[in-house]
Amino acid sequence: MAALLEVDRLCVEFPTRRGVLRALDHVSLSIAAGEVLGVVGESGAGKSLTGAAIIGLLEPPGRIAKGEIRLEGRRIDNLPPSEMRRLRGRRIGAIFQDPLTTLNPLYTIGRQLVETIQTHLPLSDADARARAVSWLEQVGIPGAADRLFSYPHEFSGGMRQRVVIALALCAEPQLVIADEPTTALDVSVQAQIIALLKRLTREHGTSVMLVTHDMGVIAETADRVAVMYAGRVAELGPVASVIQEPAHPYTAGLMASIPALDRRVTRLAQIDGSMPRLNAMPPGCAFHPRCARAVAQCMAEQPGLMAAGRTEAACWVPVKEALHG
Amino acid sequence: MAEAALLEIRGLGHEFDVSRPWLQRALRGERRRFLRAVDEVSFAIPRGQTLSLVGESGCGKSTIARLAVGLYRPSRGSIHFDGTGIVAGQAQPALRRRMNMIFQDPYASLNPRWRVSDIIAEPIRVFGLMKDRAQIAARVGGLLSQVGLTPADGTKFPHEFSGGQRQRISIARALSSEPEFLVCDEPTSALDVSVQAQILNLMKDLQARLGLTYLFISHNLAVVRHMSDQLGVMYLGRIVEMGPAEAIFAAPRHPYTRLLLEAIPSLSEPGRARVPVGGEVPSPIAPPPGCTFHPRCPLANARCRAEVPQPLTLQTAHGAVDIACHAVAEGRDRA
Ligand SMILES: Nc1ncnc2c1ncn2[C@@H]1O[C@H](COP(=O)(O)OP(=O)(O)OP(=O)(O)O)[C@@H](O)[C@H]1O
Ligand SMILES: Nc1ncnc2c1ncn2[C@@H]1O[C@H](COP(=O)(O)OP(=O)(O)OP(=O)(O)O)[C@@H](O)[C@H]1O
Ligand code: SF4
Ligand SMILES: [Mg+2]
Ligand SMILES: [Mg+2]
Repeated sequence: MAALLEVDRLCVEFPTRRGVLRALDHVSLSIAAGEVLGVVGESGAGKSLTGAAIIGLLEPPGRIAKGEIRLEGRRIDNLPPSEMRRLRGRRIGAIFQDPLTTLNPLYTIGRQLVETIQTHLPLSDADARARAVSWLEQVGIPGAADRLFSYPHEFSGGMRQRVVIALALCAEPQLVIADEPTTALDVSVQAQIIALLKRLTREHGTSVMLVTHDMGVIAETADRVAVMYAGRVAELGPVASVIQEPAHPYTAGLMASIPALDRRVTRLAQIDGSMPRLNAMPPGCAFHPRCARAVAQCMAEQPGLMAAGRTEAACWVPVKEALHG
Repeated sequence: MAEAALLEIRGLGHEFDVSRPWLQRALRGERRRFLRAVDEVSFAIPRGQTLSLVGESGCGKSTIARLAVGLYRPSRGSIHFDGTGIVAGQAQPALRRRMNMIFQDPYASLNPRWRVSDIIAEPIRVFGLMKDRAQIAARVGGLLSQVGLTPADGTKFPHEFSGGQRQRISIARALSSEPEFLVCDEPTSALDVSVQAQILNLMKDLQARLGLTYLFISHNLAVVRHMSDQLGVMYLGRIVEMGPAEAIFAAPRHPYTRLLLEAIPSLSEPGRARVPVGGEVPSPIAPPPGCTFHPRCPLANARCRAEVPQPLTLQTAHGAVDIACHAVAEGRDRA
């Protein structure tokens, strides 16, 4: 299947007074039409930056230093801002991690939805308003018609997030970049949003890049998963394999830290230490200072993605045993 | 209960005025409208324990959190901290320095123009806990390391951090004044599971060492189970089931709690679709009569549609659980 989106050896850098920080280092991903690619990984690993680069919203001084981003085979990383703006919203919808950057605190929820709908679709005021209500209902806002007049601060955290989701989907884009779309939501509303995203992929062939820390949501929604660590893709593969038989030791540690619902432990398993800062990257594999499997080669040579079991992992000594429990 | 409660909430209620602008109201001949965000909520948290609140998005958890630390003035009811009443709008510095809050939205709660070290040191300065600059800097550096960042990060601004890193900054700030009582509203929602494990382990270590008391809010039920002594399940502003967390996880009784626990995604069966709690979520502006859960409840009958169920105490192997449900009171849920 031809990929709808291809991210090809993308590097993003932040020039600072103390030198250039490389926040994304040769990240390559692709998403087919109708596919959901899950993106997980350490906080600060570069997941949101990857999303921001795709939709052309890197905040300066951040910039794409190398690599290409293609939508249906056409480069979009070098488009002029006006063309990128047209693409955004209409063909690529974005759900940001931070709902407050998307919502204007001075306008009512209804006004923001109606304006977005009318920017992209030729609808009358009344039709646009009816559609706004229908989107609010689809994302599960109770009493939607009554709440068009509310301002963002009058909504709970989870309700604001759902408005952001409605804003991203209301122009019916081909590709949705969803950065933590369900973290502020209870499990039931979360299930409803996931069902909505899945329906869009099935019925409209919408592609989704789903960034989330919630492995349950990944397991339920994603077709393939990319695991990121320190600005690089550490592991990439089909969802069941990444969760049940991860090859990268970081992925294995990540899976082991998930608190279980069916038993209680006094202490959660954790990966000791923390991810290296961008200005203090160790040589070799960036995970080696925290890795129990590290050998001499890991400290000297940086591994690229290579086939390991059923996934691809950037690791010299991939885990072979399947996880249990 | 033998332990003295550090936080005690009695009959708490809170309404928001959600009327349309005056002119529009006048033109349409509408009356003022109120949204009942919290209704008849009572609970106590013993010193050194964790009480968690769970429930649907918009059910009033953050409102209770803000009421508990005196950010809103309650419409009804009382809040006592270590025996003293909390009065919103009054400084009460002796009381306030003993409590702090980790806000649900780490973006909105960090001042974008301040350096991270100033953000974290703010509670120390406001309450005059330390005067010496070097001493404050050392404390801030230590806090940054505890949450998995580095002391050098203190010179940066919030926008230079990822979502989860900002959440850790707000955790460090909340801990900086060494509070006895901490309200944690979704403290780890933006963190990956491995950093989350580090933060939760840190919170438990602090509790064991310093006897901290937590009011904990999270949508992640596995995290809640891991952290909680007591658990309150909320629906539309009310507590529908409250008791020892172990008792409720082992044998949930209220129909809403049961549906909530069934809606958790499973890791062992990738691709499996879940059963969301069905039915329409009622509007909090016009809540249904009787038990507010009745439109979605598989056990609802005529009494449920008319009469508000009052909490009933049931004894379980893990302790007493309060449940507000007619079906449970009548024993219909076990039929
Ligand atoms: N304006 C900036 N200046 C310097 N560094 C930045 C800036 N913005 C982001 N970074 C760095 O880039 C890295 C990647 O950030 P990103 O927001 O993509 O992380 P993430 O994977 O989305 O993490 P999280 O799960 O916590 O949201 C982080 O280490 C962050 O500190
Ligand atoms: N300032 C406000 N003005 C008007 N209504 C408000 C205000 N703050 C909250 N509400 C309403 O009160 C109800 C409860 O909100 P609250 O933020 O307490 O929910 P929550 O349980 O924390 O939800 P979430 O899980 O989504 O964070 C919601 O219906 C919300 O719209
Ligand atoms: S009181 Fe009735 S409607 Fe409410 S939860 Fe119990 S059985 Fe269901
Ligand atoms: Mg992010
Ligand atoms: Mg909230």
